[in-house]
Amino acid sequence: MKQISFLLVGIYFGIVLSKADVISWFRIQEMFRFQSFHMYGIIGSAVLTGMLSIFLIKKLGIKTTSGKNIDLVYKKYHKGYLPGGILFGCGWALTGACPGPMMALIGNGFPIFIVAVFSAILGTFAYGMMKEKLPH
Amino acid sequence: MFEFLWQPWPWYVSGPLIGLMVPLLLLIDGKQFGLSSNLRHICSMCVPNASPFFNYDWKKERWNLLVFAGILLGGAIAGLFLTPTVNLSAATLEDLKALGLQNLSGIGPQEIFSWEQVGSLRTLIFVVMGGFLVGFGSRYGDGCTSGHAIMGLSMMNWPSLIAIVGFFIGGLLVTHLLLPFLIAL
Repeated sequence: MKQISFLLVGIYFGIVLSKADVISWFRIQEMFRFQSFHMYGIIGSAVLTGMLSIFLIKKLGIKTTSGKNIDLVYKKYHKGYLPGGILFGCGWALTGACPGPMMALIGNGFPIFIVAVFSAILGTFAYGMMKEKLPH
Repeated sequence: MFEFLWQPWPWYVSGPLIGLMVPLLLLIDGKQFGLSSNLRHICSMCVPNASPFFNYDWKKERWNLLVFAGILLGGAIAGLFLTPTVNLSAATLEDLKALGLQNLSGIGPQEIFSWEQVGSLRTLIFVVMGGFLVGFGSRYGDGCTSGHAIMGLSMMNWPSLIAIVGFFIGGLLVTHLLLPFLIAL
C-alpha cells in the first residue's frame, strides 16, 4: 500500500511539474535571465508551503500514517557544496532540467531525455569513483 | 469548470502544489524529499561493488525510486491529456531568437532536444555533458533542486543555501557566457 502511495505521489509530482512549466528549457532560460517572476514565484511559494508544513508537523506533533514519529535528518555542510552546486547549475542550464523534470520530460514525449538521465547516472557513477580524491 | 486543467498553471498554484511534496512524503512514511539520490541508488543497483559509495542496501530506498518512476508516468499523463504549453516572456523569446534558435514553440527547443540531432556536437553538449554535470554536481554538492532548494530550505537547513548559490553561479555562467557559443555550434 505504501509503495503504491509513493508511486502516486510521483505521478502527482510529474503532472504538477509539467503543468507548472518547470520542465521547460525555455522557462529555465527565462529564470537565469531574470526575465520573469514565474520560476522564482514557484520556488518561493513551494518553500513557504514546505516550511509551514514542517512547522505544523513539529508544533502539533503529527505522526506518519503508521504512527511513527517524524524526525528530520539535516544535511551537513562539506567543501563540495559550492563546487558541486556550481557544476549542477551548469548542467541545469544546459539540459534545462534537474533530475525530476528529466523524468517528466521523457513522459512528455522527449525520449532524448533518456540520454540525459543515463548521462546523469554516469555523472553520479564518476563521482562515486573519484570521491576520495575530491575535497570534502 | 475544468478549463484550468488545460491552461498552464500560474506560479501561485504550481508552487504550493510542489511544496506539498514535503508533507506528503513525511506523512506517508517520514521520508524526506530529494530526487537526485535516485541516481546513486541506480548505480548501487547496477554496480554495487564498483565503489564503497555504491555498496549499500538500495532496496531500502525503493520508495524514492517509485517516486522517480512515477514522475515519468505523471509527465506522460500531463503530456497526453493536459497539453502543457509555455507562455514565455517576450524578452526571453527575443534573446533566444538573437542567439539563433529558430523554433521557440513547445516545451523546449526541438533543434537541440530531439533524436534527429542526437549525433550533433551541440546536442551532445546540451544533453550528454549537461546530464553528466547534473549527476556529478548533485552528488558532490549533496543534493539537487528538490533536496536543497525545496526540502533543505523548508527545514531551514542553511548549508543548502550555499549549494543553491552554487546552482545559480553555474546556471548564470552557462546562460550568459557559454550559451552564445554553444548555440552557434
